[in-house]
Amino acid sequence: MTRVEGVALVVPGDDVDTDVMYPGAYLNVEDPAQMAQYLFEGFDPSLRERVVDGTILVVGSNFGIGSSREHVPLAMQGSGIRGVVGRSFARIFYRNCINLGLAIVACPAAADAARDGSRIAIETSGTVEVDGVEFAAPASPPLVLELGAAGGLVGWTASQLIGPRG
Amino acid sequence: MAHTLVEKILLAHCDADDVRPGDVVTVRCDVVMANDVSGPVAFRAMEKMGAKRVFDPSRVVMVADHFMPAKDVKSAELQARLKHWSDEQGVTFYGQGRGGIEHTLLCEEGWIVPGAVIAGGDSHTCTYGALGAFGTGLGSTDIASCLALGSFWQAVPDTIQVELTGETGPFVTGKDVILAVIGEIGVGGGTNAVLEFVGPGAEALSVDERLAVANMAVEAGSETGIFPADAKVEHYLADRARAAWSTERSDTDASFRQRLELDLSALEPLVALPHLPGNVKPVSEAGPVQVDQVYIGNCANGTMTDLRQAASILVGRRVHPRTRAIVVPATQAIWREAADEGLLDQFVEAGAIVSTPTCGACFGGSNGILAAGENAVATTNRNFRGRMGSPEAGVYLANAWVAAAAAVAGELVHPGTIA
Repeated sequence: MTRVEGVALVVPGDDVDTDVMYPGAYLNVEDPAQMAQYLFEGFDPSLRERVVDGTILVVGSNFGIGSSREHVPLAMQGSGIRGVVGRSFARIFYRNCINLGLAIVACPAAADAARDGSRIAIETSGTVEVDGVEFAAPASPPLVLELGAAGGLVGWTASQLIGPRG
Repeated sequence: MAHTLVEKILLAHCDADDVRPGDVVTVRCDVVMANDVSGPVAFRAMEKMGAKRVFDPSRVVMVADHFMPAKDVKSAELQARLKHWSDEQGVTFYGQGRGGIEHTLLCEEGWIVPGAVIAGGDSHTCTYGALGAFGTGLGSTDIASCLALGSFWQAVPDTIQVELTGETGPFVTGKDVILAVIGEIGVGGGTNAVLEFVGPGAEALSVDERLAVANMAVEAGSETGIFPADAKVEHYLADRARAAWSTERSDTDASFRQRLELDLSALEPLVALPHLPGNVKPVSEAGPVQVDQVYIGNCANGTMTDLRQAASILVGRRVHPRTRAIVVPATQAIWREAADEGLLDQFVEAGAIVSTPTCGACFGGSNGILAAGENAVATTNRNFRGRMGSPEAGVYLANAWVAAAAAVAGELVHPGTIA
C-alpha cells in the first residue's frame, strides 16, 4: 500500500470508544458484510448514511478507545471506508487497522485542516494531503510498512508461513 | 543497561539484543487466548493466512464466556464453532459449566505466571499483570497470526511507574486505586506505556485487588498494568502454576516516562461517572443518583474478595424496592466457594439474583441490560455510552462495597453510611 485517496467525513469529538462505534449486543455477528449495518450505532447512526465507497474518516484525539473488537474496522471496511486520519489513536484500534490493511495515520495538523468533503490522500510512507496541502506525518516503523506492503497481517503471516517457517 | 520490568520480559521473548521504548519487535507468546467473540473471527483470518494448525496446542486456550450461556442462535453457533475448532486443534477449551470469565479463570487455572507473555483476544488481557505477566489485548487478526506463528508485533512501551504509599482506609479497594490513577492521567494518559505498580501500598494489596487494578490499565490507554511478583503471588501460584517462573523488577536506574505517587491513606471510595472511566469523583461527591440496577461482577471484580465485601453489606438487609441487584461470580470455582460460605444465599435472601459466571451485561451482551433513563452502579470496567444497554442509560463504576451499598440505599451513597 502506498497511496490511498478519498473524501473526508469528520467524526467529531475525542476519546470516541469502540462500544459506541459497534455496540456489544452485535458482537455475535461473524460476517463483515453484516457488521457494516451496525457501524456508529451508539454514536450517531446517521453517520452511516454519509459513508460512501472511498470515505476517509477524520477523527480527533485518542480515537478508538476500549474494546479490542475488530468488528469496528471490519465494519468500516465493509462500509467502504478506506482510511482514517486522526489526531491520535488508542493502541488496539490502531494496530487492528494496520493488521486489516486499513490506512491509518496520526497527523494532528491534517486532522485539524480537514473538513467534510475535503479530498484526502494518505501516503503510508509519511504524508497526508488535504485539498492539495501536504502535511508531514511520522514515518511508520519498517515492520509496519512491511505489513502495509503485504496488504495487512493476513498477507504478511501467509508469506511467513510459506517462507522461513513453512 | 538498565531496564524496566516490561522491557526485561519483552527482551526475554524476542530476538533483539536490546530493546528500547518505540522499538518494534516480534514477541513470542507463552499463552494465546481468545473467546466466543474474538475466536471465530480469528479462525476465519487464520484460514485466509493458509495456516492449518496452531503453533503449539499446549499454549492455546479458548474460553466461551461473552454470550455464555448462549442468548440466541447466533451466539450458540459461535460457541459451537469455538468448541469444534478447539477439539480439532487439540487446544484447551473451557465451555459452559466448566470455566467462567476468561481472565479470572486463566489466573485461577495457573496459565498465568510472572514473566510470561500472554496474547489475548480481549482488551482486558492486561489483567494478567496482577501476577507479574505481560498480558496484552489484541484484535482477532493479531490473534490469528499468534495462533499460526506463536508471536505478534509490538512496539516496546514506555513505563509509567506508580508508587503506592500509605494504607487504605475503610471501604477503599484496588478498584479505587486504579480509578484514582485513571482520574489523574486520563483515558489517554497511559497510551504507548505500561502502568507499573510498586511500593508498600502495592505489596499490601491482595492478588484479587491487584486483578482489579491491572484490569483497568487499558482504560488509561495502557498496554498493560503490572505488579512485580512477590510472596503473595508465589503463595497464590503454589498449587496452580503450569509453568516454571522467576521474578524480575525494574532496575532502579531504568528510564521511566513518568513517576506518580499515590497515597492510599488519602483515598476515599471513588466512582467513575458516565460516560468515561476517567470521569472520577469521590462517591460522597457523586450524588444524588437514584440507582435502578447494581451489577457485581466482571473479569476482575467477581472474586471472592468482591463477593465477601458485597455480602458484608447485604447480609441481613434488603435490596431497595426500586433497585435490581445482580451478582456474577467470575468462575465456577468462585461460585461454589461463595455457595459453601453461604454468600449466595445471603445475596438471594437480600433480594439480589445470582448469575452463572458470564461477561453478560458488563459489555451489553445479555443478562441485565439497561433501559433508557436507567442508572446502574457496576463493579465493571467500562461506562461508555450504551455499554450496558441503552445509550440513554448511565453506568457508574465503583467497588463492591459501594455497589452493595447502592443496592440497599437505592442510590449512590458512601458505604460507611450503611455498614
